[in-house]
Amino acid sequence: MKVSAIITLKKDVLDPQGKVIHQTLDGMGFKDVNEVRQGKYFEIDVKENDPKKAQKIVEDMCNKLLANLVIENYKIIEIQ
Amino acid sequence: MKSAVITFPGSNCDRDMHVALNKFGFKNKMVWHNDNELPKSDLVVLPGGFSYGDYLRCGSMASKSKIMQSVINFAKSGGLVMGICNGFQILVESGLVPGILLRNKYLEFICKNVFVKIDNNDNPYFKNLDKEVLELHIAHNEGNYFCTNDQLKEIEDNNQVAIYYCNDNGKTEEKFNPNGSLKNIAGIFNKEKNVLGMMPHPERMIDQSLSGEDGSLFFKNLINNIK
Repeated sequence: MKVSAIITLKKDVLDPQGKVIHQTLDGMGFKDVNEVRQGKYFEIDVKENDPKKAQKIVEDMCNKLLANLVIENYKIIEIQ
Repeated sequence: MKSAVITFPGSNCDRDMHVALNKFGFKNKMVWHNDNELPKSDLVVLPGGFSYGDYLRCGSMASKSKIMQSVINFAKSGGLVMGICNGFQILVESGLVPGILLRNKYLEFICKNVFVKIDNNDNPYFKNLDKEVLELHIAHNEGNYFCTNDQLKEIEDNNQVAIYYCNDNGKTEEKFNPNGSLKNIAGIFNKEKNVLGMMPHPERMIDQSLSGEDGSLFFKNLINNIK
């Protein structure tokens, strides 16, 4: 199964890259932006046909490696 | 006194550290990240560099290498483990010291001399050092120390901050903070103070004609404390 996960910075963590992107967008004329936060996206093809089990495997990966829970949250967004 | 420096793929301060440790009396061994066992050591050093190309998060891949289980066991049994720069990032990712190192606040790679104030002498690294402010070198892109409020409270309650960024007089104001790190923190200990992670490179300050000698003071004092 293909499992997609996104990793985002927690609310209180400063995101300097997001800030610069916001400024650049502003300079380009996109004036309606409140905030930009940058994150990561993973697509993991696991050797497991049961969606629940596949999700569990990827959650385990997020907890142990893909996300650092001091600053990041993860969310499984798609299993197919 | 025996020491071991771990080389990860992408480490680049491992040899400098080897030279520094040998210069001040350690018998150092280089250890490959894929080894299982540490040689018998009084000190283990995780050196600076760009292990695994800084992929995912700095230090995250290296913290899962084979040798790290031995390093973690060594640290948990009270052994001295020091992580410099990328080594500090590996320590936080392996959970040996709390917090994490984020991208520098102004998104620049910083390479310059800084002053750090030693906050804590109750440990094998800084005990008996007769200087309170050291001039050391930093070179990093992710040195912006961050932790949760609960972690910060615990760190401060246990006196775990090792060094703060400051000026040459030891003033730890925000304007002397090169990378935006929380409270000017440049280095921290674990609770037991046998594990030290810090961004500055003492191994780059061991020769008067090349740089400065505050690193020499650090290493001389360290080996005397361990003897």
